[in-house]
Amino acid sequence: MKALAWHGKHDVRIDTVDDPEIVNPRDCIIKVTSTAICGSDLHLYDGYIPTMQAGDILGHEFMGEVVEVGPKSTLKKGQRVVVPFTIACGSCYHCNKHQYSACPNGLPADNQDIAQELYGHEMSGLFGYSHMTGGYAGGQAEYVRVPFSDVGPIVIPDGVDDDKVLFLSDILPTGWQAAEYAQIEPGDTVAVWGCGPVGLFAVQSAFLMGAERVIAIDHFPHRLELAKRFGAETINFEESATYEALMEMTGGIGPDAVIDAVGLEAHGMFVDNIIDQIKASTFLGTDRPHSIRQAIIACRKGGRVSMPAVYGGFVDKFPLGAFMEKGLTLKTGQTHVQHYMPALLNAIMEDKIDTEFLISHRMPLTDAPKGYDLFKNHQNETTKIVLKPGMAG
Amino acid sequence: MTDRRDDAPPTTKKHGDAADAATASLIEGKGSSVVGRSVTIDRPANELFAYFRDFTNLPHFMENIVSITVADPKVSHWVVKAPAGATMEWDARITQEEPDRLIAWTSQPGADIANSGRIEFRDAGARGTVVTATIAYDPPGGTIGKLIAKMFQREPAIQARRDLRRFKQLMETGEVATPAMNPKQYEEMGL
Repeated sequence: MKALAWHGKHDVRIDTVDDPEIVNPRDCIIKVTSTAICGSDLHLYDGYIPTMQAGDILGHEFMGEVVEVGPKSTLKKGQRVVVPFTIACGSCYHCNKHQYSACPNGLPADNQDIAQELYGHEMSGLFGYSHMTGGYAGGQAEYVRVPFSDVGPIVIPDGVDDDKVLFLSDILPTGWQAAEYAQIEPGDTVAVWGCGPVGLFAVQSAFLMGAERVIAIDHFPHRLELAKRFGAETINFEESATYEALMEMTGGIGPDAVIDAVGLEAHGMFVDNIIDQIKASTFLGTDRPHSIRQAIIACRKGGRVSMPAVYGGFVDKFPLGAFMEKGLTLKTGQTHVQHYMPALLNAIMEDKIDTEFLISHRMPLTDAPKGYDLFKNHQNETTKIVLKPGMAG
Repeated sequence: MTDRRDDAPPTTKKHGDAADAATASLIEGKGSSVVGRSVTIDRPANELFAYFRDFTNLPHFMENIVSITVADPKVSHWVVKAPAGATMEWDARITQEEPDRLIAWTSQPGADIANSGRIEFRDAGARGTVVTATIAYDPPGGTIGKLIAKMFQREPAIQARRDLRRFKQLMETGEVATPAMNPKQYEEMGL
């Protein structure tokens, strides 16, 4: 089969590799019909995530048709499914608490050493996202082996288009969880850093959860335009001073909840950011956390900080003093995708959430290397690329 | 004199007589290196004990085992992978057994590597069972041998940690997690 493989920083290629087969009893194999490039794939593309190996197949947002099932799978051949990016067993202590991204049973034992060393504990396995998360082949391929297929994938009713439901695999639940973690109360003002796919879904979700105002922060005019479409007010940080603007827009109080949907590769030429870039390039610090710093400083006293953004290692100049003195609460984590999928599928079917607005490009899988370049270098207009393995090149 | 004792397990001690203290918990402690590791498995103790007590099950989650043959209810013969393609063998005799609670064993004279150990199953209520493995052994070739084993990831501390994780996965989900894309690759990767 053909698959998009990582070969090094800014080097991804279409390789021909063996088709996947059933290995474990609960596996299924799906034939991919749609798969997206995620903002977090750019962290791999840019070489920020350790434990990548040449030939690793990328992609963790995908859906398709079931073509093979193991003896313990409950799926049937021919069913269409969306696959959560977190590989979770569905019945351990953490899964029973719906903390699916903390499930230790999807991560191969040998791979658990790295996370245990770095984070103190192992996390769930993820598709196509380095060997620290299991070394699983990802979904930017014609076929994928899906473990725990009896509990992970959600079956999509006939007649519902791929493009409507594909984002159930990651970014929609991630944006929703981000808003949920912001513990929004009626009348709240919520500020969202980053109008990428997660930020834009967080904007929609925050309004659905009762936020009175949402203020979206970015520097790409087109992305801010999309946020505006859902009713958000905007701050372009290249045009306006973010902290001062937030204070004036909230009568000096600050946003009740702040959401960092930017993460470890923050854009922008701020002094602390430039120092971070130098440190990251010399491996002195791995993450560039400008957005979370600014979010904490801007958040009102006693407010909530939600951090869906991906951070991988250590940061410095974290405003721990501001965080403590103002009595903030922080909620974060990889998304517990399986927990949100059923309700969000319903919300899509009832037209409560718009997903298709996000897709700026559809292209064949074989054009994926071009897609990565586009997503990396033309972020204003490239909001989301969906790869279609069946599409003619 | 300040009393420096605390409630932490002897295998986590930072100073001095750590190995002695931990080995003392074994019936017939052998060797200077001690490994202790606990994992919580969401299954009742009797189920875990029964699976483990049938030693022919152990290769399903212990990566380094080539074969285990059970000679009689108390004695089994172990063939285990060593660094650089070598194997080590020994007879293990069960020295203590409490149903659903613990199994202790020790290697018999003539072992390639003298070792002893115990595995305990403690009821943890709604969370299942805490399984603790304690293993004492004399690394062949002393400290150098231990370093070489570590390089080849055949060091008992690394193995015990990974084997217990696989035991948990197998008992909780019915399978051992693997990124292998097909059975052939699975075979090549080992557990």
